[in-house]
Amino acid sequence: MVTIKNLYKSFGKNDVLKGLDLEINNAGIFAILGPNGSGKTTLIKSILGMVIPNKGTINVQNENIKNNSNYRHKIDYLPQIANFPSNLKVKELIRMIKDLRGKSTLDTSLITTFQLEPFLNKKLGNLSGGTKQKVNIVLTFMFNSPIIILDEPTTGLDPISLIRLKALIQTEKEKGKTIIITSHIMSFVEEVADEIVFLLEGQIYFKGSISKLKSQTKQPDFEHAIASILQENHA
Amino acid sequence: MAKSFLFLLVMTMTCFSYAQKINVCETCPISSIKKAISEANNSDTIIIKKGTYKEHNILIDKPLTLIGENYPTIDGEMKGEVLTIVADHVTVDGLFIKNVGTSYTEDYAAIRVKRSNNFLIQNLVLEKLFFGIYLEKANNGRVFHNKIIGNAEEEYNSGNGIQLWYSNYIEIEHNYIEQVRDGIYLEFANNCTIKNNISAKNLRYGLHFMFSNNDTYQNNTFEDNGAGVAVMFSKNIKMLDNVFQKNWGTASYGLLLKEINDAEITRNTFSKNTIAINIEGSNRINYTNNNFKNNGWAIKVRGACYNNYFTKNNFLYNSFDISYNSKVNDNKFDKNYWSNYTGYDLNKDGIGDVPYRPIKLFSYIVNKTPETIILLRSLFIDIIDFSEKVSPIFTPDNLLDNNPYVKQIEW
Amino acid sequence: MNTQLRQFYKKTMLKILKYSFYDLMRSRWSYVYFLFYLLLGVILLFLNNDLSKAIITLMNIIIILVPLIGTIFGVMYYYNSKEFTELLLAQPLKRSSIFLGQYFGVALSLSMSLVLGLGIPFIFYGLFKSAVIWDFSLLLINGSLLTFIFTALAFNIALSNENRIKGFGFAILLWLALAIIYDGFFLMSLIIFEDYPLDQLSIAGTMLNPIDLSRTLILLKLDISALLGYTGAVFKKFFGTNLGLIVSFVMLFMWVILPILRIVNKSKKKDF
Repeated sequence: MVTIKNLYKSFGKNDVLKGLDLEINNAGIFAILGPNGSGKTTLIKSILGMVIPNKGTINVQNENIKNNSNYRHKIDYLPQIANFPSNLKVKELIRMIKDLRGKSTLDTSLITTFQLEPFLNKKLGNLSGGTKQKVNIVLTFMFNSPIIILDEPTTGLDPISLIRLKALIQTEKEKGKTIIITSHIMSFVEEVADEIVFLLEGQIYFKGSISKLKSQTKQPDFEHAIASILQENHA
Repeated sequence: MAKSFLFLLVMTMTCFSYAQKINVCETCPISSIKKAISEANNSDTIIIKKGTYKEHNILIDKPLTLIGENYPTIDGEMKGEVLTIVADHVTVDGLFIKNVGTSYTEDYAAIRVKRSNNFLIQNLVLEKLFFGIYLEKANNGRVFHNKIIGNAEEEYNSGNGIQLWYSNYIEIEHNYIEQVRDGIYLEFANNCTIKNNISAKNLRYGLHFMFSNNDTYQNNTFEDNGAGVAVMFSKNIKMLDNVFQKNWGTASYGLLLKEINDAEITRNTFSKNTIAINIEGSNRINYTNNNFKNNGWAIKVRGACYNNYFTKNNFLYNSFDISYNSKVNDNKFDKNYWSNYTGYDLNKDGIGDVPYRPIKLFSYIVNKTPETIILLRSLFIDIIDFSEKVSPIFTPDNLLDNNPYVKQIEW
Repeated sequence: MNTQLRQFYKKTMLKILKYSFYDLMRSRWSYVYFLFYLLLGVILLFLNNDLSKAIITLMNIIIILVPLIGTIFGVMYYYNSKEFTELLLAQPLKRSSIFLGQYFGVALSLSMSLVLGLGIPFIFYGLFKSAVIWDFSLLLINGSLLTFIFTALAFNIALSNENRIKGFGFAILLWLALAIIYDGFFLMSLIIFEDYPLDQLSIAGTMLNPIDLSRTLILLKLDISALLGYTGAVFKKFFGTNLGLIVSFVMLFMWVILPILRIVNKSKKKDF
């Protein structure tokens, strides 16, 4: 599904990705973790084509993404900070994204799920952060693409919406999709992720299931396992 | 005493009663103008009927009246001068004269008055000419209501519409002149009056004075000439109520003053000229109640000009109002209206409370480097103009209108 | 690229243009900008009562203000819609369609404010019956071209500078350079080289700055034509003819096209 080979990216003198190789070939939920500055966002943005790598190739569903934008039809992306044109109404934004990307019939049920009906005629500039995030989620899940990338999806969500989001992610997974998530909330990751991809200094430090991570680090629980990796490498 | 007076009266009456009319037409006994003149007695009237007369070098050597009926044509066939008047008291009226010969050695004219007085030339139409009406040492005459249409294309082989040379006390009125070299040219011609003429599309000047004094021109229109009017080396010229317009082009101007002293320039309108008035070495001239509208330069002062007085003129939307090429100013500007004035009039007396400085740094720069005109109305230019206005460095600092009107002046 | 895909990209660009345009049309700033021109037109026409004079004053304002507003607004819009741009970038849209769409949206809405703001009072004044309609149209065409040029330059600046403060700084600097400083150097070089034939230099100098070029084009229809005779014949010949007019407009279009090409190019290589 997603194949990354020998990926290098630096911003000025700051080398962020240093020859990263990653292959995600099966369905499931993959959590990309790593300390700040390890290159998580750069990796995701590289897959999305928002960051242009210095070196290396990325294939999404056997399609090289270089100078290509069409492959993004196969990816749904939830950006970290959703900031929409403040003059647009929620309804208009949804209509606009549909207009740009293609038809969708899922939007109405998603709107109901996240209880956005009362906000449809409100301008985006007047919405709270949590509501904006819900709109963001609706926009992401509207298109039913085989790959879903979620960057900090839980930000600002109330508990009910969080539960609904988790359920949504599970449903999508059951459809046989590949879901890539970054998050700082370890409990959330532990709950949903099938596999962990741990980034450290621009390379993949660990890739495998949570249980494998626990046994490798000899730690009883997930959070400690992560912490031990970080400690080990800082020592 | 009474007897001799009676005798004189009778003599005079008989004289007049002898004045006869001679008809000239193509089928008449007298079919040529020359023959008519040679057979005529003094003071006779020759009536020229409608028709075409192919004649040139017609000499009028006695006091006669020539009248054309329904504009008979005299065709000079490009062979030389057409009519030459060498006697006093001659009247020529109502002729259509064409095809005057062109020469590089002699100034052939459609009609020439030579060393004669008290003549009247009126209602003529002149076409295809070299010189039109040429007055040579002729005085006390009147040139009235003629139409002179030239086809001049180059200055060197074309002549003037009406030319005066050593001729005084001449009245030139209601003539229309176009496309000759100079519309009206005066050289050593004093005390002449030029009124209500239109002079247009001439190659050089609409009206041209050289070494002529005490003349007046009034109510004339000068349009689209190489330059409107040139007044050179002359004194006491009155220029009143004329219109100077559309004299555009390289070094073109509405009015050129060169070495002129003691003149009056009043109630004239200058519009759309590259330079409305170009002044060189001219002193003691009063400019009053003139309108300067939409010219490139309203007044361009070159060389030494002293004691000129500009008052109650309207300066309207000229790219430059005044231009000097030196820092010295001995001329006075007072109580004019300047459309570019941005001051205020708090006491409402109709006169702006801050003086107006009509000269811009940019006009000084353009004088030095003409190509810089391309930067006209650039913000940078506005900025340097403003700084010069605040503290003059390059332009005469005493050149101010201390009493600028805030409303256009009417008269 | 197959034609179907190309069609799709063209369509998406137009869609983004449409959204940016509507977004701006509903923003306060567009109204302010529109009302400013409306007021200006009304004041100039109904207080001044001299149409040609009004056009000269308008020209003075347009050649200074339009570039300034174009640059500032362009930079501002780019930075303000940055997050939204990122949202679009993750969609299956070509980068060039996103940025060109936004660029044309901004430039069009600014031009609309200008054309309508000035056009409405002039129409009420009886422009269609007036002889200056061509001068006025030339003024609006020039104003719109300047909007397109300076918005494009602004997008270039914003694309090259992540730092907003720096971006705004460069935008102001660009305006200062082209509106004022350039003419200073231009004037200096004309004066320094006054012993040489200056026709070519002044034509070149004018051609290379869109503000100068617009100013000259408008002035040619107004007062400068009386003055141009004063300078060399070459100059008059050039700007006074149809060829000169065509070359001038080609140059203005180049000033639009080249920055647009750089927007396309730069946006392809940029990381977000």
